[in-house]
Amino acid sequence: MRAPFQDFSGIAARIRGANINTDAIIPAAWLRTAHADLGRGLFARWRYDDAGNETAEFVLNREPFRRARILVADENFGSGSSREAAVWALMQFGICCVLAPSFADIFYENAFRNGLLVGRIGSDVLADLDVAISAHPQAPVFAIALSKATIAGPDGTLHSFTIPRSRAQALLRGDDEIAVTLGHLTEIEAFYKAMEQSMPWLYRSPGSGWHSP
Amino acid sequence: MNLPSSNSPRSIFEKIWTAHLVKTLDDGRDLIFISRHILQETTSAQAFESLRSGGRAVRHPELTIATQDHIVSTEPGRDESSNPGGLELLRLMRANAHAHRIRHFGVDDPRQGIVHVIGPELGIALPGCILTCGDSHTSTVGGLGALGIGVGTSEVEHVLATQTLALNRPHTMRITFQGPAPAGVGAKDLILHAIGELGIAAGRGCAVEYAGEPVQSLPVEERLTLCNMSIELGARLGLVAPDEATFAYVRGREFAPPGDMFDRAVAAWRTLPTDTGTRFEQDVVVDCRGLAPQVTWGTSQQDVAGIDQCIPDPSSYPSAQRRELATAAMNYMGLAPGTPLEGIPIDVAFIGSCTNSRLSDLAAAATIVRGRKVAPGVRALVVPGSTSVKRAAEARGLHHVFREAGFEWRDAGCSMCVSINEDLVPPGARCIATSNRNFEHRQGPRSRTHLASPVMVAAAAIAGATTDSRRMMPA
Repeated sequence: MRAPFQDFSGIAARIRGANINTDAIIPAAWLRTAHADLGRGLFARWRYDDAGNETAEFVLNREPFRRARILVADENFGSGSSREAAVWALMQFGICCVLAPSFADIFYENAFRNGLLVGRIGSDVLADLDVAISAHPQAPVFAIALSKATIAGPDGTLHSFTIPRSRAQALLRGDDEIAVTLGHLTEIEAFYKAMEQSMPWLYRSPGSGWHSP
Repeated sequence: MNLPSSNSPRSIFEKIWTAHLVKTLDDGRDLIFISRHILQETTSAQAFESLRSGGRAVRHPELTIATQDHIVSTEPGRDESSNPGGLELLRLMRANAHAHRIRHFGVDDPRQGIVHVIGPELGIALPGCILTCGDSHTSTVGGLGALGIGVGTSEVEHVLATQTLALNRPHTMRITFQGPAPAGVGAKDLILHAIGELGIAAGRGCAVEYAGEPVQSLPVEERLTLCNMSIELGARLGLVAPDEATFAYVRGREFAPPGDMFDRAVAAWRTLPTDTGTRFEQDVVVDCRGLAPQVTWGTSQQDVAGIDQCIPDPSSYPSAQRRELATAAMNYMGLAPGTPLEGIPIDVAFIGSCTNSRLSDLAAAATIVRGRKVAPGVRALVVPGSTSVKRAAEARGLHHVFREAGFEWRDAGCSMCVSINEDLVPPGARCIATSNRNFEHRQGPRSRTHLASPVMVAAAAIAGATTDSRRMMPA
């Protein structure tokens, strides 16, 4: 069981660039062990120079964005590699919500599996959030209300994001997807038995290795 | 609601999907049975850990196999500890497979190799099956007419625990290549060109079927290359209808159905191709007549052109966003607009990866390399996609061809494509690679990558610069 998603207020950071890929979000060098400090590795090639020192200009190295909990991004965020560590790195840094016009397919699924809220926004909302973040450099604090699919700006202006209702409910309940699926186990196993009959070459090939290790 | 009748025309995707549909869930997603699951060391450790802490078992180890490919050393004669930085994940893969009775093809096994190479090669991936793997290039097996779904680690755990995935049914898209494709132009050129034409997000949310004469006439291994890069179009799934060439490819492989069972399978597989009259939500044509060998110039696969072209002027793009991306890409790559794509000096030439490391890829590269020498100062390496590919290539003497020319002849693994092991492109160096991603820092910090086909990479290794492989083809 995962902790149910709680509405929250937090600093929003704007990260620019279309098609930001998961190699950029968490470089391969951080995937060499099962227990790396992924929060430190988030956007590592942009956050640190060759000597490992922080780059002054990168948004997440600047106050108040070092404490960002919301990331506002451009289209096709999370493209490329399927590495779920991209989601883990964002969450370990402290990001609880990413809003963007669109997300890559695998990243989108990975996010929900970890309780990271990913909401789609129109280009008008993206532009509005952009302006609102710039207009409140000291405290660009936004409030997320998942059940209403809204984000309220520092001056209270409400914007909407899009999330399938069933996905929002699953986050709010804190569903364990595997437990939910195991609720269908009888049907799954009956289906497998039937497939062994209808497509025996896939499952019961005499002499093949599948059942005779 | 206007539901299609049972005899309305269906695509191959719909046929396979429906055959694996356990049920449609209340939230609208489909619960899909997974007929094959392949594990690799870098995306499964946390799945097993979570499975254990949840007190859950692997439901169908008999439908699961594991290998070691991403973080393995490719040093000739390597073992599990040759790359000390990879030891933890390699040991976990072996131990987890053993603990859960999953067949494991580790570095000491003659069947070890890149997940997407060994799946088809061993007859584990079969036409009409649904195969998942914790890797975005799982669509590779689409070249056999299978549905390969790349997943993250939580979904790996979900498949281990339930042998299913709950998925939104993808939209359907068909990309028809209009030919004939010129001689000297292969699957890698076709898919790079399609990505250049359509963009890296064109296939998002879609299952893509590749069609047209240039696709049908591709040998099976090149169809695997074509489908491999579906994710580079944004698509999780890509496939080609199986045909006689597919069946001949599958027959006799270690885990393929034998004897009468194979004939029964083929009878069923013949019904898989898309029915005439099937409608696709997106149906696009990509012209490949007159196509030159392709090479990328930027940091996204859509930054691509023929070797006879010049690097475009960013101002030629109508969208401001694309202008910005192209300018940033050229800065990173150290290239100026208007530079001819032919003649860019390279430091490293890499032949390998799940895109282009099969026997036919190595054989094609060898036709260019034979009797020639790698240019001075260039590091050139061949990393076979599997230990079986390496064996087969050596049986044909290809290792001599490459070694005599000055190439390294290494052991099988993902190597310099993902650079999670020790195979890195040095900072600032320029690499021409047969792999699939030219992202910033992909092959190592500040590495610069040009993607191309095996013959193009072989030709560049010899010339010391990007060049048109067609001029180096034997008569």
